[in-house]
Amino acid sequence: MYSMDTFFGLAQAPSDDKRWKIVEATARRHGKEAHALIETLHTVQECFGYLDEAALRYVAVILRVPLSRVYGAATFYHFFTLKPKGKHTCVVCTGTACYIKGAPALLSALEKRYGIKPGQTTEDNQLSVLTARCVGSCGLAPAAVLDSAVLGKIAPEQLVDRIERGIGS
Amino acid sequence: MTIEELRQIAETERAAQARYQHHVCVCIAAGCVSCGAEELRDALKKEVVESGMQNEVLVKGVGCMGLCSAGPLVSVPSEGQLYSAVRAEEAADIVQSLDTGSDGLPHCDTGMPFFARQKKIVLENSGVIDPERIEDYIAHDGYLALVNAITERTPQDVINIVKSSGLRGRGGAGYPTGLKWSTVAKTGEQQKYVICNADEGDPGAFMDRAVLESDPHRVLEGMAIAAYAVGAQKGFVYVRAEYPLAVKHLKGAIKQAERLGLLGNDICGTGFSFRIEVRLGAGAFVCGEETALIASVEGKRGTPRPRPPYPAESGLWDCPTLINNVETFANVAPILRNGPEWFASIGTEKSKGTKVFALAGRVTNTGLIEVPMGITLGEIVQEIGGGIPDGKQFKAVQTGGPSGGCIPAAHADSPVDYESLARVGSMMGSGGMIVMDETSCMVDVAKYFMEFCMSESCGKCIPCRAGTQQMHGILRKITAGEAGPEDVAKLEELCELVRSTSLCGLGQSAPTPVMTTLRYFRHEYDAHVQGDLCPTCKETAK
Repeated sequence: MYSMDTFFGLAQAPSDDKRWKIVEATARRHGKEAHALIETLHTVQECFGYLDEAALRYVAVILRVPLSRVYGAATFYHFFTLKPKGKHTCVVCTGTACYIKGAPALLSALEKRYGIKPGQTTEDNQLSVLTARCVGSCGLAPAAVLDSAVLGKIAPEQLVDRIERGIGS
Repeated sequence: MTIEELRQIAETERAAQARYQHHVCVCIAAGCVSCGAEELRDALKKEVVESGMQNEVLVKGVGCMGLCSAGPLVSVPSEGQLYSAVRAEEAADIVQSLDTGSDGLPHCDTGMPFFARQKKIVLENSGVIDPERIEDYIAHDGYLALVNAITERTPQDVINIVKSSGLRGRGGAGYPTGLKWSTVAKTGEQQKYVICNADEGDPGAFMDRAVLESDPHRVLEGMAIAAYAVGAQKGFVYVRAEYPLAVKHLKGAIKQAERLGLLGNDICGTGFSFRIEVRLGAGAFVCGEETALIASVEGKRGTPRPRPPYPAESGLWDCPTLINNVETFANVAPILRNGPEWFASIGTEKSKGTKVFALAGRVTNTGLIEVPMGITLGEIVQEIGGGIPDGKQFKAVQTGGPSGGCIPAAHADSPVDYESLARVGSMMGSGGMIVMDETSCMVDVAKYFMEFCMSESCGKCIPCRAGTQQMHGILRKITAGEAGPEDVAKLEELCELVRSTSLCGLGQSAPTPVMTTLRYFRHEYDAHVQGDLCPTCKETAK
């Protein structure tokens, strides 16, 4: 008889980094069932910042789901990223209220200053610019999230100024 | 837990709170936190200790007070005061003024229409209780409806009450809640699930987030009552990962409720067991559609499937599943406590109760509001919203997000209820309400929503996947002034095609913003086609 491990390989973490234990704990909390896939990917991203190929393979093995399904979910959902982000991230909200109140101007100011479009990272890996569908701060439109701080009612030059200070520190 | 024990907890908490002469409530929901509310709360606490008033003054963090544009907000109910845009440096002034009155502080008139015209049911505890303490919720009659229902009423009684209240789904489509419950209940004894849809994906909407952040127990209580009524043992809250504070409050609330035996096994010794788990969404708008949401809870890509079978008969893991929106569940406990007649007396003939809206865009007062059904759009914009700032003209209001439409100012007397909004070509939607003034080009707005639908289309069915691409391409051409009249005709044709042949609500409603702007603002399309730019765009381009 073959055991499941024969097909899927032994569940060996990609490295001896302790954070893989946290990932494994999430999977175990859900009985290592296939339905824990999204929760487990969330934990990987929380721990490592992004999902690389080794992580996707490891998750596939511990949950015993085909790698294609893991890759499918990781690329379907916008929240997951397969590329590492820069040291700082600036998320510009492009929800309706922010759009009406000037989100496009924020994005063009960032592009002008740093030469990057949403989804890109500066060459020195200092800053990634992203967009969000809506951060739910519509009362404070236009809004941007720099690292974890929400900046409400922000003007393009203020945003660039805040980023400059953030990167400098 | 018995009803007496619950009352005892409520009494103890009320007595503990009454020992303080003053309650200083600081809004610590996401909007105010981003303007420094946490620093302010800490400064207030420090000030109270330093002035030796810790036995007289209670500083507590509360949920959303609504007027997000004027945050951080602080209320002192004993003085009848609401302070807006308070800075941490002003903490001392607030504490010192508690008995003497406060002249130099940024007062906010609580008699102004923004507050006076609202009617709060869903948000009645929001901005009043500490969302991180179950005792505070219980002191405000929390869990009374649940304990009463499971010890005194039959599941059928509960369903009948919800039916006769006239409550309809607050996710947007307005399906009668009682009817949905009874369909699930009728499937017989087997494994069933209750899911709370908190995947608030509409851009410009933050009602569900505010409810979860400000009063999470209210939603859990509603879910537990629903589970008892339909015979489910397990529940899931599917919430956006983009709402970390809501997730934190929700997870904390579940733990507290389990500890008191209000969730878990054998609740109140009745044999009724119900557990709730939180599942994080991962940023896919289509997951707001119920069959896609179910796929996502199962850990799969969130793609919808044809209905029937409806989830009420075959949902999560093919079991009967009740799916309701956050706000729908939040209405349940008050209906059971106050009776269905009370609820049915609010609102219009076919739309009962209240609706929470996230009011945003080009309007003076932005934030979270709860209004009785039947109020007009004009009253919301001009009175509650305080009109359009900078002397600009009110042009349109957008409801229902990417699935809804733009209603022109000429229809401002249209009442807010499911049927009336559908009649003017839009929909109630989940509650986003974006006000636009004369500086917004409506073709550009239609293009914005189409871009959204195009990138959020899951790709499963062709009309939506390819149709939204085509429509977006035409809209881009029109706004760039490169289109001819034949393009507008083609756009209209595509609207009808995508609307009638897409698999799920996303595709079926994706053309709505285009259709309503074509219906009410055709001259702007014509202006773009005939002369490159419309007057609005020309003005903005200057």
